[in-house]
Amino acid sequence: MIEFIEIIFTAGFWAATIRIACPLILATIGEVLCERAGVLNLGIEGIMSIGAMVGWMTVFLGADLYTGILAALAIGGIFGLLHAIFTVYLGASQHVTGIGITMLASSLGFFCFKLILPSSTTPPKIKPFQPIDIPFLSELPFLGPAFFQHTPFTYLAILAVIFAFWLMNSTPLGLSIKMAGENPMALEAQGIDVFLVRTIAVVLGSALMAVGGAYLTLSAFDAFYFGMINGRGWIAIALVIFASWKPERALLGALLFAGLDAYQVRAQQLAGAVIPYQFFLMLPFLLSIVAMVIAAKRTRYPKALLVPFRRGERH
Amino acid sequence: MIMTTLLKVEKITKKFGDLYANDQISFDVKKSEVLAILGENGAGKTTLMNILFGHYTPDSGNVSFEGNAIEFGNTNNAIKLGIGMVHQHFTLAENLTVLENIIIGRQSIFSLSLPKRQARVRILELSKKFGLPIDPDELVANLSVSEKQRIEILKTLFLDCKLLILDEPTAALTPQETDALFSTIRNMIETGLSVILISHKLNEILAVSDRIIVLRNGSSVGEIDTNSADREKIAEMIVGKKIDYPQKKKIPRKSKVLSLTDVSYKKTDAPNLSSVNLDLYGGQILGIAGVAGNGQTTLAKILSGHFKPTQGKIDFEQAKSVHTSPKSFMDLGVAYIPEDRNSDGIVGDMEIWENAIMTELDDPFFRNSLGIIDKKTSFDRSENLCERYDVRKQSIRQRSRLLSGGNVQKLLLGRWLMRNPKIIVACQPTRGLDEGAIASIQKLLLEAQQKGSAIILISEDLDELLTMSDDISVMYKGMLSNPTQTSSTNKLSIGLQMAGDGF
Repeated sequence: MIEFIEIIFTAGFWAATIRIACPLILATIGEVLCERAGVLNLGIEGIMSIGAMVGWMTVFLGADLYTGILAALAIGGIFGLLHAIFTVYLGASQHVTGIGITMLASSLGFFCFKLILPSSTTPPKIKPFQPIDIPFLSELPFLGPAFFQHTPFTYLAILAVIFAFWLMNSTPLGLSIKMAGENPMALEAQGIDVFLVRTIAVVLGSALMAVGGAYLTLSAFDAFYFGMINGRGWIAIALVIFASWKPERALLGALLFAGLDAYQVRAQQLAGAVIPYQFFLMLPFLLSIVAMVIAAKRTRYPKALLVPFRRGERH
Repeated sequence: MIMTTLLKVEKITKKFGDLYANDQISFDVKKSEVLAILGENGAGKTTLMNILFGHYTPDSGNVSFEGNAIEFGNTNNAIKLGIGMVHQHFTLAENLTVLENIIIGRQSIFSLSLPKRQARVRILELSKKFGLPIDPDELVANLSVSEKQRIEILKTLFLDCKLLILDEPTAALTPQETDALFSTIRNMIETGLSVILISHKLNEILAVSDRIIVLRNGSSVGEIDTNSADREKIAEMIVGKKIDYPQKKKIPRKSKVLSLTDVSYKKTDAPNLSSVNLDLYGGQILGIAGVAGNGQTTLAKILSGHFKPTQGKIDFEQAKSVHTSPKSFMDLGVAYIPEDRNSDGIVGDMEIWENAIMTELDDPFFRNSLGIIDKKTSFDRSENLCERYDVRKQSIRQRSRLLSGGNVQKLLLGRWLMRNPKIIVACQPTRGLDEGAIASIQKLLLEAQQKGSAIILISEDLDELLTMSDDISVMYKGMLSNPTQTSSTNKLSIGLQMAGDGF
């Protein structure tokens, strides 16, 4: 039994947790930005997928890794803009538009991949981000290999949390986003363009989602294949609720889920012979549901989430 | 004293479809003055203000502010010129603090910092200067209605407003809170600000304004100095005809028709009730006062069989225990005038005659031999109802939503009165109606009382409660006070109770 507890005290477990958490962190923060402004973005799964493809392809075609991140950022922003045009300016159903964006983006991404690389059967590879040792800190016992020997992309993801926290709490834009998702009339009455604020939030949020997807192809793995997002976008949607729409809690939620995932892989190896491995695969999801039920009891939805704003109308 | 003109409105016209919401309206506002704009619902008051504040663009006309023409359809421009507006429905984000709600809009959204510290100092200064006490760091969700209104006013002051537009500001305030608001308004006037006050409550307008403009059907029908104003004359200007005010006659109490014993309602779908006791007698009008949201609606829904109390007992004179449903309560003689008449009272897209017989469909009298609704009897009944209760319509085949608020209410009340109800639960029966319609509805209720009906009158209008009720109880946070005889109470003590005194 003691082995099951010992897993938690290995540096490898913590390093894996952070690795698994990174795409979730980026995607969840992206979704937080959208939903805080009042727009549900179910395009997340597809936007992550096309972000993964575009980031990877940019590097495969010769650009450097950071340009790959920027390319993912841009494609995410473009799909965010598309989502915003439909849901913000035209007031279309956020659910339907979001699912449409997911189907469009993931299929278009794979289609373009096949157009550029028609004949490859085994996915070609790139040289992804390599771990760097943070001077001094990486030499600490246990803490070093667990937290300070990651790829630069990983640290970027943590920076994104700090950026989002600062944006939401210390800038007029963050305040406007929070107001747009709560009572857009209040924003309008103060002379601020609700459409613009919502669009900025959706574009920015979608860009972060795409970067989350690119983490998979540029840092976690080295290749792109169809369906590689594998539901991470949907997990992020749930994590947003767990996080009560707060970036700092999104970090916590993503780490919790990733920790469970990293744990189950290791637990499988220990008990695979006795307990079917599917049970372990299920664990993170099961425990996430439990955590959500507990956390969601106290959450307060942004009041204007899913409500299109129309100028000159009574709310 | 020389009065300089701050705002000049010239021949504003705004059409919605074929309807003139504003037709050639002109007026001006001077510095340091309170201008009241009075009018029935639909007279065009709010449309006019939305034009001034830049929400709407008029079809023709000009507005100038301090000599500069206003750019229409641009709220930002109006704010920059110094026009501030407090909407009837507050525009606050409940998830943010007072401070955050106030400072937003001061900087560009692309600015990188929020000067919270300076803003806090300034807000506290303004709050002291104008007598608007607030805690800048409190979450708006935790504030009362009057506190929220203070923030709305501070928001405009923070943006250096010179002209403040208040749209129905007293709609949800207790009398004490209304007085406090009026003293703030006077404070503002003394420091050189101007105020436009929109309301349909005549008494309040007379108490606080300098000049009154009356709108009717989109046109301005008169301008009066408040000093020389006569209440009845203004009321007539608003309605366009002489009003016949109802007179209350007390009749001796009959037997008990209904009693509630320790009735509680504890669920999350509506404001809760805790141990409400109530006795109601034939021929009695029991007024229930209270600030909206203290459980009056829940009580009305329990009394009409829509909600089942989670605890306690409802006893009718004829039946000790009844199945809780609107239908079985109706069969016991309960009539229910819902708070929101348009969504809960009538079906707007159905024709008047259909609405008129909706409650009678069980009655074989309205069916022919095949069991199908008999048009002839139904039409006769509807015509009869409309005539008897003065529902002004073009035809009974007209869709009900085209009726004015007063006529909808008369149709609803008439539908019940045709059944000679034993108990009438009237929830805000005159809210939002104009003076003429208010008088008619009150008259109909008093007539029902004379015939022996027991009436529960839930209202926020203390004048109405004091003129209509035999006894008055106050609701506060789901509790109901013991009834006091109307003759032995007054506005002040009811107002105090509405704020929680004695609970």
